[in-house]
Amino acid sequence: MTQVPDDHQPRDGGRDAAERASLAEAWRTPTGWRYVSAVNNSHVGKWYILAAFGFFTFAGLLALLIRTQLAVPENDLLSMELYNQVFTLHGTAMMFLFAVPIFEAVAILILPEMLGSRDLPFPRLSAFGFWCFVIGGVFVCGSIFWNAAPSGGWFMYPPLSSDPEQTGIGTDIWLLGLSFIEVASIAAAIELIVGVLKCRPPGMRLNLMPLYCWYVLVVAGMILFAFPPLIAGDLLLEMERAFGWAFFDADRGGDPLLWQHLFWIFGHPEVYIIFLPSIALIATILPAMTRSPVVGHSWVILSAIGVAFLSFGLWVHHMFTTGLPNISLGFFSAASEAVAIPTGIQIFCFIATLLVGRASLNAPMLFAGGALAIFVFGGLTGVMVAIVPFDFQAHDSYFVVAHLHYTLIGGMLFPIFAGVYYWYPFATGHMLSERLGRWAFWLMFAGFNIAFLPMHWTGVLGMPRRVWTYAADMGWNELNLVSSAGAYILAAGFVVFAFDVLRPKGRTPTAPADPWKAATLEWAREGPGSPWGIRSVPEITTRYPLWQQPGLKDEILRGAWYLSDAKDGRREMMVTDILDARPMFVQRIPGPGFVTIFAAGFLGAAFIFATYHWWLAAAAALAAFVATVLYWLWTGTGGIPQTPRRDCGRGLELPLYASGAGSAGWWAMFITMIGDTTAFVGLVFAYAFFWTVHGSFPPPGTTPPDPLPASGGALLIAAAWALMMAARGLNAAGRRGAGAALLLVPVAAVAGAAALAFAAFRAGLDPTRHAFDATIWVLILWICAHVAAGILMPLYCLARFRAGHMDATHDAELRNSVLFWTFLLVQTGVTWALIALAPLIPSGAS
Amino acid sequence: MPPQPRPLGGQSPPVEQAPACGVDPAKLCQGEYAIRVKSHIAVLAAPLLTGCGGRHSWLAGAGAEARIIETLFWPFLFGAAVLWLAVMALAIAAFRSRREETRGLVRAIIIGGGAIVPGIIVAALLVIGLVTLRALAAMQPGLSVQVDGEQWWWRVVYDTPAGAVVTANEIRLPRGETAELLLSSDDVIHAFWAPALGGKMDMIPGRTNRLTLTPLTPGSWGGLCAEYCGGAHAQMRFDVTVMEPAAFGDWLAAEAEPASAQALARQDGLSVFLDSGCGACHSVRGTEAAGQVGPDLTHFAARQRLGAGIAPLTDAALRRWITRTQDMKPGVEMPAYPDLSPEALDALVGFLMALK
Repeated sequence: MTQVPDDHQPRDGGRDAAERASLAEAWRTPTGWRYVSAVNNSHVGKWYILAAFGFFTFAGLLALLIRTQLAVPENDLLSMELYNQVFTLHGTAMMFLFAVPIFEAVAILILPEMLGSRDLPFPRLSAFGFWCFVIGGVFVCGSIFWNAAPSGGWFMYPPLSSDPEQTGIGTDIWLLGLSFIEVASIAAAIELIVGVLKCRPPGMRLNLMPLYCWYVLVVAGMILFAFPPLIAGDLLLEMERAFGWAFFDADRGGDPLLWQHLFWIFGHPEVYIIFLPSIALIATILPAMTRSPVVGHSWVILSAIGVAFLSFGLWVHHMFTTGLPNISLGFFSAASEAVAIPTGIQIFCFIATLLVGRASLNAPMLFAGGALAIFVFGGLTGVMVAIVPFDFQAHDSYFVVAHLHYTLIGGMLFPIFAGVYYWYPFATGHMLSERLGRWAFWLMFAGFNIAFLPMHWTGVLGMPRRVWTYAADMGWNELNLVSSAGAYILAAGFVVFAFDVLRPKGRTPTAPADPWKAATLEWAREGPGSPWGIRSVPEITTRYPLWQQPGLKDEILRGAWYLSDAKDGRREMMVTDILDARPMFVQRIPGPGFVTIFAAGFLGAAFIFATYHWWLAAAAALAAFVATVLYWLWTGTGGIPQTPRRDCGRGLELPLYASGAGSAGWWAMFITMIGDTTAFVGLVFAYAFFWTVHGSFPPPGTTPPDPLPASGGALLIAAAWALMMAARGLNAAGRRGAGAALLLVPVAAVAGAAALAFAAFRAGLDPTRHAFDATIWVLILWICAHVAAGILMPLYCLARFRAGHMDATHDAELRNSVLFWTFLLVQTGVTWALIALAPLIPSGAS
Repeated sequence: MPPQPRPLGGQSPPVEQAPACGVDPAKLCQGEYAIRVKSHIAVLAAPLLTGCGGRHSWLAGAGAEARIIETLFWPFLFGAAVLWLAVMALAIAAFRSRREETRGLVRAIIIGGGAIVPGIIVAALLVIGLVTLRALAAMQPGLSVQVDGEQWWWRVVYDTPAGAVVTANEIRLPRGETAELLLSSDDVIHAFWAPALGGKMDMIPGRTNRLTLTPLTPGSWGGLCAEYCGGAHAQMRFDVTVMEPAAFGDWLAAEAEPASAQALARQDGLSVFLDSGCGACHSVRGTEAAGQVGPDLTHFAARQRLGAGIAPLTDAALRRWITRTQDMKPGVEMPAYPDLSPEALDALVGFLMALK
């Protein structure tokens, strides 16, 4: 940073008004029915939160149905069939349609403002993710009204779920509907990572970043590594259901446990993906309420990262009763216990903050305190079930039902409510009622404990999970009745909360702009009616800027800092570098558009049609989606700017274009491909898993693919990558031949993919015959799908050059495409090794 | 009742004369000892006070394995309660504190409370857990029983020197002897769980898992499927009957025999059975019925319950089962026979109830 603030004198009022007018014009929210085309985070964030709470309400009603059914023994309120759908959908909706999306929703709403940024780096991507979420969620939840909801449990274990006779269309709806939603979740995660890394205000080095942003970074990173294995699993399971490919069928060399590994490699990090962002809310609320910075800032960050790492190493504790060797059980038991330590450090840092500060007991703090009481209890039972022999009894009993609700409701739901009370004035300009808040809290807290504390004992008395009824002589009657009563009290508390949130507040006084006198930047923005967020982007030198940088808020609001206007009527935000947040360039970001809704609609249609095996319609919808995305990119904000640089105020002048590793788009591609490669690793894991469980893999009697065409195919794809590199180099050097190289890429790539497929075809591999054949084919299919996406890129770049949107120095799209191809090169290399080299390794038992 | 010292299992677990807790399990299954409580507190206290809660309770202590695991339960419970109260007290004290100088205390809270104390506790727990796991793995089985989970019942095969003895839905085990259960499945994943005797183990197609049970208390104990297995998962139960070793030997020998002469003498009932096609799914050894799809019925009437443990086997229950199968167990694979004439039904029930 070279700029020194020197602009402390009051500014001329006319200029201030003109700047505000320019911002208002650039960031104008579409009105009327066009409101849905808005993409700004302050709108999309609110829609996202409302939609997530909508699904929460739906899943909560399902929970009430469950508790009503189980209130008395031998109840026939719900049929067996309907109950199995209800409990499956309850878990599915709570996990996939509430717990993870609410994190992303809250982050989309508050993260940019907390970072003094005008928006997230890819607003249309957030909007696209939101529409995918709504379409996918309505599709999955709506299925129950047609008696077609998934009924295989939220964990979807094959062979129950892989057999279309046993579990009908509901399972396809689950697999494809959720894959669709997971795509949206990953999209949001990518956006949040880039947001935290690249869109911080100048001077906000990583160590000055608010704890909330750290948690967002950690959790979004976890999503990136946790969701793709499930997508890989979904792909395998749907291939088995739809086309009979042998992955989980023990009779054909498959193994049902493969799914459990892939599912829980996702499923356990998922628990922390849910828990950490809620802790992040507490970590933000606590300093405001105690008037003290969080004690042990670095401890908290390191612990959060520690939890994230450990969470990927303990998935097997969901599989303690699957008959794994004791040595594995011991290892995963130890890892599961170890996670108590970083979790404990975070909690005790918060308790220490209470000690240092002077806290008052208001609604957010009540919910935070309730969260602590409930979560600590759930953590302690978690330590119990992580002990293998204890889990032999507790596993799949109501003890675990109680445990998981203590951790999730204490670790996620109560902090979310605390957050709603805290940020409600930020989002709406009104306060929620303290009195109703207390009612809501005590009803929920009491109801929750009445419902779930007895469930531990119900489990001890031997009640298993997922039973639609139980006999009267089992000794479970009274405990279940009490739990059901508690569930209704809990629901009553939620009704009070929902009433307070939704009731019209026309007559209630407007909240002060900063009701909590908090320290983070979101309380220095202009107000809920100004979607551009912060008036001017300040330079940050402290962790708690509104406390520790006196006068900063006034300066921001006076427009005394950077980027205080919208010069060409374009939406703009500042992009800084990852470590030190030095300003790098000003990024133009897109405004409202329907293209995101169309893209989400077409992609959703592709998934929904595939559910019904309407393959042609699905292919058409997919093509329409690709066309829409190309249009979206083409009309986006990536073109060559009319002026190369922009005056940001205070003498700071920044470029308006960036390409390569400095740009936000390059990072988005990089992070996307990390996630993509993780899914690919899931497929490789399947290969390795089969290799270890089978005495010989490939099985006796199977001819592995001929290495020659497979190697030729891999070389051709490598050649396509080399052509991409050559095109980038030639273009940057201003020399001829880049266009020709780009034109040759599809030729080489398609030939390479065809050679790979030919190798498997000529070896007579039949994916319905054996898991080996199916695994090889799915790897090849994966590469082919990537080649299909990859050949669009050089053609797109070529068109951009022709249309004058790219030149030798403005080559962001080309550099991002090369990055994609580099990842594809690595994946192709691994696939080649598995096809051509791995079968040469002699198997131990053959 | 005061807690009794309970020896850890070993090669020859000690045998008690009376059922644990002085409860007659046979009466328990009729609900005579069902917990009757009025208030929330009492609901929580009741199992604590009685120490065993019924034929499905982890704390019934009917088997060595369950007792080994139970040694973890009470220390865990009280330890967790103490820790929870300590954390809450600390949080409340910190909330109320108006102390000015806090630096040393803060360090102690974060490092002590967050790292050291939990570190010691989880390390200790881990050691205890692994020692317990080893104790469970050290049980040396004599008897071997193969149990296959089926949708939604249990196929039970005793491996005896004289050959395989096939039965279903009720597992009899000799008291004081460690039995090895070989668990698998042909359709979907199930899990075998007899909580009063020991922990659970999954039954996975393509794999055979091993679970040992060492029953100590004679009586009838409940078991159920713990892994969601589709439709009628909730009604996939079984009984474990623990017998004196001599009585067990007699029972196993009888179970190996074909159907009793008294049953085969009921020609009218047998012909209803065969004419209705029951033999396509069920076996009755000594007759033409040799179906393998459903439970073996050769000694059907010697079992306590029907429909995979869901109802006591009585004449009336059996009639209802045959005529309104789906009402008793929605999702069950067996078709109902509502159109049997009253005479045919009488004959069929008479035949089945004679399959002692």
